[in-house]
Amino acid sequence: MATEILMPALSPTMEEGTLAKWLVKEGDTVASGDIIAEIETDKATMEFEAVDDGVIGKLLIAAGTEGVKVNTPIAVLVAEGESADAAAPAPAAAAAPAAASVAAAPATPAPAAPKVDSAPDWPAGTALKTQTVREALRDAMAEEMRASDEVFVMGEEVAEYQGAYKITQGLLDEFGARSVIDTPITEHGFAGIGVGAAFGGLRPIVEFMTFNFAMQAIAHIINSAAKTLYMSGGQMGCPIVFRGPNGAAARVGAQHSQCYAAWYSHIPGLKVVMPYSAADAKGLLKQAIRDPNPVIFLENEILYGRSFDVPVLDDFTIPFGKAKIWREGTDVTIVSFGIGMTYALEAAERLAKDGISAEVIDLRTIRPMDTDAILASVMKTNRLVTVEEGFPQSSVGNYITSVVMERAFDYLDAPVINLTGKDVPMPYAANLEKLALVTTDDVVEAVRKVTYR
Amino acid sequence: MATRKSTTKPNVSAEELLGFYRDMLLIRRFEEKAGQLYGMGLIGGFCHLYIGQEAVVVGLEAAAKEGDKRVTSYRDHGHMLACGMDPKGVMAELTGREGGYSKGKGGSMHMFSKEKHFYGGHGIVGAQVPLGAGLAFSDKYKGNDNVTFTYFGDGAANQGQVYETYNMAMLWDLPVVFVIENNKYAMGTSVQRATKSPSLWERGAAYGITGEEVDGMDVLAVKAAGEKAVAHCRAGKGPYILEVMTYRYRGHSMSDPAKYRTRDEVQKMRTERDAIEHVRDLLLTGKHASEDDLKNIDKEIKAIVNDAAEFSKDSPEPALAELWTDIYA
Repeated sequence: MATEILMPALSPTMEEGTLAKWLVKEGDTVASGDIIAEIETDKATMEFEAVDDGVIGKLLIAAGTEGVKVNTPIAVLVAEGESADAAAPAPAAAAAPAAASVAAAPATPAPAAPKVDSAPDWPAGTALKTQTVREALRDAMAEEMRASDEVFVMGEEVAEYQGAYKITQGLLDEFGARSVIDTPITEHGFAGIGVGAAFGGLRPIVEFMTFNFAMQAIAHIINSAAKTLYMSGGQMGCPIVFRGPNGAAARVGAQHSQCYAAWYSHIPGLKVVMPYSAADAKGLLKQAIRDPNPVIFLENEILYGRSFDVPVLDDFTIPFGKAKIWREGTDVTIVSFGIGMTYALEAAERLAKDGISAEVIDLRTIRPMDTDAILASVMKTNRLVTVEEGFPQSSVGNYITSVVMERAFDYLDAPVINLTGKDVPMPYAANLEKLALVTTDDVVEAVRKVTYR
Repeated sequence: MATRKSTTKPNVSAEELLGFYRDMLLIRRFEEKAGQLYGMGLIGGFCHLYIGQEAVVVGLEAAAKEGDKRVTSYRDHGHMLACGMDPKGVMAELTGREGGYSKGKGGSMHMFSKEKHFYGGHGIVGAQVPLGAGLAFSDKYKGNDNVTFTYFGDGAANQGQVYETYNMAMLWDLPVVFVIENNKYAMGTSVQRATKSPSLWERGAAYGITGEEVDGMDVLAVKAAGEKAVAHCRAGKGPYILEVMTYRYRGHSMSDPAKYRTRDEVQKMRTERDAIEHVRDLLLTGKHASEDDLKNIDKEIKAIVNDAAEFSKDSPEPALAELWTDIYA
């Protein structure tokens, strides 16, 4: 049966081309794989191969013809002994489907009233103990490792050295070298191995000595861990936690002092957690280890040694996407997370003395983000200040501001202020470093500005 | 290229030879059809064909057992067919349809099958290498004797993460077979223009990893080397490197005019070293099959590939709601 040979698309963007040269003539016998023509695309001259065996019955387009549209019949291939004229060409193959109309974005809903989950993190009357963030993180890992053999921790100095910041202290003794694994200094490599182990059914906790070093591994965090569930049509996810200290510590300079909250929060497929208190560190890390998705867990070296109340419960987790209101107020909303909460809370305390009542919200998870809690608060206070350590452009605060603009514009009585670190690499000199970071004074000043007081 | 050692005395049954012939031919015909559908605009974006390299995966799959895992690069269609994935599902993924392995959301370079222990299909050159070691880590952790075949090309062999992985794989005795598919060209850059290392597998020695060079146009040689490598891993001796010397007949991707090599070079490989012709010769000269038998196999394969192509055209595009699914588990 005769078949038409069609003008091929030879690049992702080709719509037409020049049939530069025929390398066969009518009556020639061709086998699959033989080069039959040269075709010029916008980028190059390509050889075009026969895909079927047969005899060239007819050349439909002359050599040298320009602007031949993709899928135009250019020749007829017939079986041995068959005439091109007698045999009706097979109907042209179905053309590629027209590009689907731009996928319907979910219909823009009328701004719904924000729904706030105000359930407490633990039942009233629960006994509390004082713990450092460091101890809370260790306990979270130990509890989850006791509960499941699939959970293991790997990273630089996590085992024998007991952790560069002592977060994994005691884990090697309890769980052994099979589950508490020292790696060489090789972030790209061990992040990839961790992701592969998660594909293989384990639940790795990968510790980065600091998140600055995770930039060497970011290809695996984003391209391998975050995108695979989608690219596999839901077949294969990546239950992994990447954790470690993030942001500025003290006097360690530009390469060791950067906040990655905004970076990772950009990526669909990742969850991004940044706890402030020890209770949150514990409850959120346990939740992260159980989560079937890749979780970025951003800690802070300065907070490691701070003590907070932690509930004494056998199994304590905090759901993702639930902000915590640390302090209720009526005049302004201050939204922060991680170490930024230190400045937000100190500022609220000082402002209260001056009669300004600030509501302070700790996001706890940046992605998913509890935007409803922010909106409900802004609808009450009509003013918003966001506080974070990261750089100003494309900050988490910028995103929050856009959400508030879209869903609560009419409630705002003043422009939103996004407080961030300064737009400079972190300097080493003590005075300059102080200047580069966001401070309690900055928060107080911003609140005065938005409240006009 | 290593000389063909097995041609004279193939230590293999007629049945197995016929299986190799069938499996390699399926990959070749499938890829030719994919090239055709690309030309018709039914497959978009990048499409990297495996034509010429068929003996590599077919030979290594013959050395695998149930439970073994495999992971590879973006030149992945052959690996999927060789491990038993359905040609219909693979082709429909190439056309971006609902019936594809990833519901049309992955495409040529990103496909997976948990059922067949195929872990992708990765578009970032070299990324699959630590992922493969991680899969092997999971098996060792669980205490089974599965092995992970981690395929990468001569191009990826220059990525730093490969050597980070070698180091840890050996340090932790991970059961991983690193398969370097050396097809001589990393896109348009020949191996000689990318490195002065005389061989790629020997780089493993720096980490204490054993390996060897294999004739990748000889499926029997590949299988034999694969069996040796797998036995090494299953015995708990850690990773093994196979540098399989092969050749891709087509361009790097569909839009590659392949001006970096001569037509004669390609033609010489096709006529003198073709892996499918090799098995065909063995079958005919050994009187394991007649011309008619082989013609019938050709017909069967053609039908399978045509069915796959039809399915890939008939399967609908994914529902628009699929845009928003599978982002989080």
